[in-house]
Amino acid sequence: MKYVLMFVETEEFAADLAAMDESERGRAYARVQQWFADHQDRITHHAHLLPSDTATTVRLDRGEPLVSDGPFVEGKEIVSGYAEIEVADLDEALRVAKSWPACPVVEIRPIAA
Amino acid sequence: MTQPTHAELARVVRDHAGRLAASLVPLVGDFAAAEDLVQDAVEAALTHWPVEGIPDRPDAWLYTVARRRGLDHLRRAHRHRQKLALVPWPPEPRPDDRLRLIFTCCHPALPRTAQVALTLRVVCGLTTAQIAKAFLVPESTVGQRITRAKRKISDAGIPYRVPSADDLADRLAEVLAVIYLLFNEGYLSTGGDHAQARDLADDAEFLAALLHQLMPTEPEVAGLLALIRLHRARASARFDRNDDIVQLPHQDRSLWNHEAIADAGRLLARAAAQRRPGPYQVQAAIVACHAEAARWEDTDWAQIAVLYDMLLHLAPSPVTRLHRAIALRYVTGPAAALAEVDRLAGDLDGYHLFHATRAELLRDVGETARARSADERALTLTTNPAQRSLLRQRLSWT
Repeated sequence: MKYVLMFVETEEFAADLAAMDESERGRAYARVQQWFADHQDRITHHAHLLPSDTATTVRLDRGEPLVSDGPFVEGKEIVSGYAEIEVADLDEALRVAKSWPACPVVEIRPIAA
Repeated sequence: MTQPTHAELARVVRDHAGRLAASLVPLVGDFAAAEDLVQDAVEAALTHWPVEGIPDRPDAWLYTVARRRGLDHLRRAHRHRQKLALVPWPPEPRPDDRLRLIFTCCHPALPRTAQVALTLRVVCGLTTAQIAKAFLVPESTVGQRITRAKRKISDAGIPYRVPSADDLADRLAEVLAVIYLLFNEGYLSTGGDHAQARDLADDAEFLAALLHQLMPTEPEVAGLLALIRLHRARASARFDRNDDIVQLPHQDRSLWNHEAIADAGRLLARAAAQRRPGPYQVQAAIVACHAEAARWEDTDWAQIAVLYDMLLHLAPSPVTRLHRAIALRYVTGPAAALAEVDRLAGDLDGYHLFHATRAELLRDVGETARARSADERALTLTTNPAQRSLLRQRLSWT
């Protein structure tokens, strides 16, 4: 089955990352790279997104398309990237997600067959 | 054939419905479709058996109905008919494999309410109506929970298998939590005004015993089974003729089933010999301390306080600290216990037992007025009729 893992950042996580010195941040990135290397045979596609202040939202349910600045939900938890994986079942997807070494929340969604 | 009693019917359905579900899921290759067939067969059994008697081979009877419904797919537009048409139906069901069934029903990706409803329906063979009655919720609510859970199992790819060794400890904890919740739900409402309702404590003991039979080397499973049996062995002394709770110090201990208590004690000792302690084993050991005391005065409170310390170490929680404070009342005295209870106010202000315990300790130290207001607060926080009646009595005495 195919799943998308959505990586969700919190304000606290972003602040922790910003407070790191160069070498700490280097180690944090290395852990993420290692995770991608460990799971490369399961990951079919992945992307990291720029911060939510670069987001633009278009609403199409109010007559004319309405363009606004920012993400579609104003919240403290922001999707910051995703990886598409191909695994046997949810248990295997959970094992991959539980080993994620960076931001504190991962949502797992199956891709419609 | 003689007509079966309510309890016999429940027991036979429970013994066989789960086995049938476990053999049909791999056969049909679809959890939801297999479960629908089992429900059909259970509904048919509940219609026929009370009138015709329980057949000699209930398993074969249920399987024949499920198989016929499976082959019957063309007569009515069935959601799963194409799938069922392709099933190579063998004449007999497959061997018992209920462990996979239990782990699927209690998968952590399902909400707790759905885990509970699915386990009762699929493993114990309860109908949606019986579950709704036991939990005092509308039948449509239970139906929706089950439909949504079955859809999630299929859409989200929840596997039908026993978890791998890496995941087993976490997943087993999830199953034990579901069984313990069922037990508490059933045990607290026992003897209340719905004696007609299915006894969930019975289902909980059945599930714990089944799990113990399937996983005999897991000490926490044995611990939970012992815990349930130690409680149930004393159930007949818990309520008086008016369905009011009789508190432990006032219970008639000759009404306890001492043979069952000794059996559960041996089960617990065998589990403890594995030296893999866990919260259920420790809770069972605490209950055993009470169950094995010949009189209330003989209770080994020092041992109980030590066991609560162990439990807090294994599974810290404010409710456990509250119970430890109750034991301290008999070890270091009510004033020390009250001080400990007061420290929990921030965490437990919404919990009736916190206020009821405070009331008892305040009475012990002579603070009658403050005790009354604590009891009154407790009364606003519980809807359980037996507990409310106990609190009201206490308020009328003081």
